[in-house]
Amino acid sequence: MQLLHSSAFLVFLAILAAVSVLGFLGARWKRGDLDQLDEWGLGGRQFGTLITWFLVGGDFYTAYTIIAVPALVFGTGAMGFFALPYTIIVYPFVFLAMPRLWSVARKHGYITPADFVQGRYGSRTLATLVAITGITATMPYIALQLAGMGAVLAQLGLTGNSWVQQDLPLVIAFLVLALYTYSSGLRAPAIIAIVKDILIYVVVIAAIVIIPAKAGGYSHIFSAADAVWSRHSTASLILLPKDYTAYASLALGSALAAFMYPHTVTTMLASSSGQVIRRNAVLLPAYTFLLGLIALFGVVAVAAGIHPATSSGVVPELMTRFFSPWFTGLAFAAIALAAMVPAAIMSIGAANLFTRSIYRAWFRPQATAQQESRVAKNVSFGVKFGALLFVFTSSHDFVINLQLLGGIWILQTFPAITFGLWRRIFHHQALIAGWAVGMVTGTSMAAALRLHSSVFAINIGGTSVRLYAGIWALMANIVVVWLTSMLLDRAGIQRNHDETAHADYQEQDAVSELPVKTMAS
Amino acid sequence: MKLTQNNKSRWMWLLILPYGGLLLPFLYARRTPEIFGVPFFYWYQFVWVFLTAALTGIVYWRTR
Repeated sequence: MQLLHSSAFLVFLAILAAVSVLGFLGARWKRGDLDQLDEWGLGGRQFGTLITWFLVGGDFYTAYTIIAVPALVFGTGAMGFFALPYTIIVYPFVFLAMPRLWSVARKHGYITPADFVQGRYGSRTLATLVAITGITATMPYIALQLAGMGAVLAQLGLTGNSWVQQDLPLVIAFLVLALYTYSSGLRAPAIIAIVKDILIYVVVIAAIVIIPAKAGGYSHIFSAADAVWSRHSTASLILLPKDYTAYASLALGSALAAFMYPHTVTTMLASSSGQVIRRNAVLLPAYTFLLGLIALFGVVAVAAGIHPATSSGVVPELMTRFFSPWFTGLAFAAIALAAMVPAAIMSIGAANLFTRSIYRAWFRPQATAQQESRVAKNVSFGVKFGALLFVFTSSHDFVINLQLLGGIWILQTFPAITFGLWRRIFHHQALIAGWAVGMVTGTSMAAALRLHSSVFAINIGGTSVRLYAGIWALMANIVVVWLTSMLLDRAGIQRNHDETAHADYQEQDAVSELPVKTMAS
Repeated sequence: MKLTQNNKSRWMWLLILPYGGLLLPFLYARRTPEIFGVPFFYWYQFVWVFLTAALTGIVYWRTR
């Protein structure tokens, strides 16, 4: 085992150790009764504007993003840049939809999107389908965070032929993570997110100053990358006309899917008011700017002639090449934290879904708050180790393919979750039918592409229209929902009880709604 | 009451602009004009980060 550099390794280890202590201390922060699912799984719904900003930033811009977006730009050029429009147009949607979800969730004690669907449509089946989709889509996402962390550990020199050298560091990191998530709940990743976000800002700002200077300026970087890409048929500096629809539909589909995931919804519901969410929709693009700069690392890596063994090595190799050893250690620690924060929140979100929509809905309708939070803690633990096992037993490509499928799947919960935030236009059985059609359409398109791509072409009137498979599936989904809903209502098939009222969706008075700590039943 | 509600929701239409500006790539899939060597395709999308934050900020402020 040849360590990259001892100072890089020591800085890396010191930051991770310090952060782990913070994670355990998190249980005491803004103290609450961690036997309540609201407290463990949502941090007591009390995070203000600043904490929410750090939390969402830490949760949404993951290690996988930091590794995969530049890797995609490295491989495809302009096409990989769709992550930027995606993470811009997501915020107007967040601004409009998420305060409504927060408001109704606070009023009725919902902790997941599936809880809301249950309350709004009174359909246990629909809620369970939303929950299962959320859990299934999240599992490979957690696994990819692990893989992102693995890429950094490998670059640090923690590789070798034996299991102890290769996998043990990752196992230890995730054991510590699982333990403090278990004991502190959402408070742990919320504290660690602050450290992670600050480190990432420092690293990226240093990178845009240091790297172009060493690599010959942006003008040179773009020309050099253009020269390399123009020799390939699969990459280009500027988006090609044949890719316009693919680019736009990937950006739109990803943006609509982003806040259907359990981990992102968790951070929304953990805030202290709808106004906090609206303010964050204004302030969060700061991270998008950062992501755009990170995406440009892909261009820089091409220009610098980096040849990583796997595409996930692009960023770690770039950093090793241009940063001093101790700063590389800091950068790698930032990436490792960017894996741990979302992995913790994802496991909490998945655990909340399981507890409410599977455990309580089907097995223990009378579950007490203590039982709920105990189940959730155990599930969050299990989910992380499931993901770890997943990474060790499957190929990296398989995990990526599943995550790609997960994105298509989670998008199929969009009609059930989002439309109901305004009006209950659709029949719950129609939403179930639409979900099923969307899942089958999306999955079979992805399978037809052999999961090599997520852009599917359909011939319409002689022209081939290329769109993100998730968007094709969502269109099929919505058409079916709309038609079936009309038919069901016309046939006089009863809708179920809606426990929410029109006023629940709008915060009446931000001040009086603030956490009056209720004794949860 | 009705009127203020309408006046407020009118501001919401501003939030459509980022979708128009970014989901029509033929508007910006060009190399020139470059700024400091950065092709138009790239800096145009970066500009929308700030524009979107500003637009959302205006809507926040007007609908508060």
